Amino acid sequence: MKRRDFLKSVSGLAAGAALPAVPTVISSAYADARSETLLIVSEGGPNNLDIHGVGTNVPGYEVSWNCYDRLISHEMKSGPGGVPYYDRDKFKGELAEEFKIDDMSVTFKLRKNAKFHDGTPVTAKDVKWSLDRAVSVGGFPTFQMSAGSLTKPEQFVVIDDYTVRVDFLKKDRLTIPDLAVIVPCIVNSELVKKHASEKDPWGLEFTKQQTAGSGAYKVTKWTAGTEVIMERNDDWVCGPLPKIKRVIWRMVPQAGNRRALLERGDADISYELPNKDFQEMKANGKLNVVSLPFSNGIQYIGMNVTKPPFDNPKVRQAVAYALPYQKIMDAVMFGLANPMFGAAKDKPTEVAWPQPHKYNTDIEKAKALMAEAGMAGGFETTISFDLNFAGVNEPLCVLVQESLAQIGIKTTINKVPGANWRTELNKKEMPLFTNVFSGWLDYPEYFFYWCYHGNNSVFNTMSYKSAEMDKLIDGARTAAASGDKAAYDADVKGFVDLAFTDIPRIPLYQPFVNVAMQKNISGYQYWFHRRLDYRALVKG
Amino acid sequence: MLTMIGKRLMFAIPSLIGVVIVTFLLTRALPGDPAAYFAGPAATKEAVEQIRKKLGLDKPLIEQFFRYTNDLAHGDFGNSLTTGQPVATEIRNRLPASAELTLLGLIVSVVIAIPLGVLAATRPGSWVDHLCRVTTTAGVSLPVFFTGLVLVYIFYFRLGWSPAPLGRLDVFYSAPPTVTGFYLIDTLIARDFEAFRSALSQLILPATTLAIFSLAPIARMTRASMLAVLASEFVRTARASGLSPATVIVTYAFRNAMLPVITTLSMVFSFLLGANVLVEKVFAWPGIGSYAVEALISSDFAPVQGFVLTMAVMYVLLNLVIDILYGVIDPRVRLEG
Repeated sequence: MKRRDFLKSVSGLAAGAALPAVPTVISSAYADARSETLLIVSEGGPNNLDIHGVGTNVPGYEVSWNCYDRLISHEMKSGPGGVPYYDRDKFKGELAEEFKIDDMSVTFKLRKNAKFHDGTPVTAKDVKWSLDRAVSVGGFPTFQMSAGSLTKPEQFVVIDDYTVRVDFLKKDRLTIPDLAVIVPCIVNSELVKKHASEKDPWGLEFTKQQTAGSGAYKVTKWTAGTEVIMERNDDWVCGPLPKIKRVIWRMVPQAGNRRALLERGDADISYELPNKDFQEMKANGKLNVVSLPFSNGIQYIGMNVTKPPFDNPKVRQAVAYALPYQKIMDAVMFGLANPMFGAAKDKPTEVAWPQPHKYNTDIEKAKALMAEAGMAGGFETTISFDLNFAGVNEPLCVLVQESLAQIGIKTTINKVPGANWRTELNKKEMPLFTNVFSGWLDYPEYFFYWCYHGNNSVFNTMSYKSAEMDKLIDGARTAAASGDKAAYDADVKGFVDLAFTDIPRIPLYQPFVNVAMQKNISGYQYWFHRRLDYRALVKG
Repeated sequence: MLTMIGKRLMFAIPSLIGVVIVTFLLTRALPGDPAAYFAGPAATKEAVEQIRKKLGLDKPLIEQFFRYTNDLAHGDFGNSLTTGQPVATEIRNRLPASAELTLLGLIVSVVIAIPLGVLAATRPGSWVDHLCRVTTTAGVSLPVFFTGLVLVYIFYFRLGWSPAPLGRLDVFYSAPPTVTGFYLIDTLIARDFEAFRSALSQLILPATTLAIFSLAPIARMTRASMLAVLASEFVRTARASGLSPATVIVTYAFRNAMLPVITTLSMVFSFLLGANVLVEKVFAWPGIGSYAVEALISSDFAPVQGFVLTMAVMYVLLNLVIDILYGVIDPRVRLEG
């Protein structure tokens, strides 16, 4: 290259760079596409389209829910504020036309006209293969199946092409509900087997990239971290044909921009916005904002009971009296949560969970309890939180820090990066921390089994162990399975009371799922998994 | 020239090997346990171990390293766990997005900054000089995400002139068939002018944001270098010979002042390419920066290593191009010397 030529070409490039401004022209085809398409914007997208995959994240559950069918699903009922809410106790067939629950098994008759996206009919061998897969792949899906005592492939029996029986290992009230969660989805076994290999016998690599189900939608394009495009499956027979033809789900990392997109009318639905935004959008009334409590979910302050000073119940009670509950509700949650504190003194314990405890902010009482525990001088400790949810956790911990200082507890805030949070929880060494737990299956004994039982699961973040508590929890599980209502009620009340007097974890509030959508969007349904069900949504 | 390029590339090999080793060790030193992260919230200890085994993280470090370099040698960067895709594909898809944005931002910036710098140098102390000082100071002191958000607020939210900040194309257009990966070029090749328009209008705000940020170093460098050249003797001679001011400034002074400007440009370009993470976040741009940061947050080793390696290669190539350009612009610079 010659010097002069280069210099000439540079000036040419500079001249070419002066680009004209361009107006956007909206053609009519474009307007039509809009009216049949749902545009969702959210912070994160799926990392895997198959819930059976390794490390599938929560947005991936949403894809699975809409693109695969299960044998059964829940009926809807009217929830808080008239919003349709899944009915915990009522089931309906999805792929199953009918089902019959016997003493030690349940038999499903499949719909004869159901087809997978590639046109092959859904048969009993697909059901068996899919359920075998769920209990065999390991990791989260297998764990979730075991929560309903579904652990062995032998439990799933093919009777004929369109009949499947699931045998119970033992009586467990959670077996049927566990068949209606996201995990036991039915996969196109012939198609996936073609792509399976010795190293990957369940074809997880194949289903990671594409959906192989029979559900109401199918993924037509997925660019990880950018967008997912789903088209309606017009041959879907497991329910009324959905109104939305196409779903475009875009990842927009900036919360402020997601709000701007909604308010300008460009996006149809968004969630995962800061509480303050939801509260403001609710107030100005331009959009529909639905806020519903997490079923069976609680944000709490946990204390490690194996180590001093929190091994002393008096200290734990003192902390429970020192927390700034109302301030957290107002300044952190902007009212978008159900308070789980300050129940009336004489209120009887209910057979329900979550329910508020009777602690309230009372610094004098807290000080007295600290003195009783021989800790009048206070102590120093650290309070940890997960940075992935810093929007809520950080102000919350600052308020707690401020409040605990009043009773002499000096706390340093320890921000744990999201990648590290689970490792830290598993170690069970953090003295004081805040976290959320929420169970898909909405039963008190389910929550307590994971969070308070002495078998010390990862969610028993306090390492709490009490023989009495274990007896009550196990008692409630047995009573639920055998249908002994009186014993069940007594046990549930018993473990709730014990959890509140021993107070290893202090419930703060039940968070809300907030979804903001345009006024012309209707049909939103609340599901236990808290993600969107496109099948019921209507635009216009 | 070819031998020079060959020599330069040879010199780059040790630094690349160094980069491979350092990124490997650094990512291993990150806090957080990828196995626990990907085992999900409900994982038992056994499940975490199962995943660790699947990811090959139970092997000794040295074995992991050899496996990694072996894969690299076969062009395999590994798989990202957060997005579930092979890192090489992801980088190949995302690099053009970042490069297109950065290049356009840089072009806009150059078109404004160089004339501004030249004018400021020829009339020191005048209003143009002050304007140059104010713009550059403002540009460099405003954080990019702030400028980006303000631009979105004004031009999208308030005025509605700009399209929704939803990435490279409007939601209802489909991407053109990939030839170069640059949408502006690919849409033209596909003769899809509506998509071209959409791609261009999506680019304007983020490119402007980047331009505002990169204005400062380029304008300041142009001004300083022009001032030095204008004060030199050959310019005085040219003026004394009665050449027109335009000829003096453009033909003699500016050409000689370009060398440091080119150096700055290369620095700014490579810096922007890696550092426009925030702009990518604000405009939902599917670029390489936001990809690397997300991977870092979730302790996802492979993309971080892939990203650092790609950037290292880009730096090496960029420096090579700049060195070649030096020789072309200024015959005095002899690379062999």
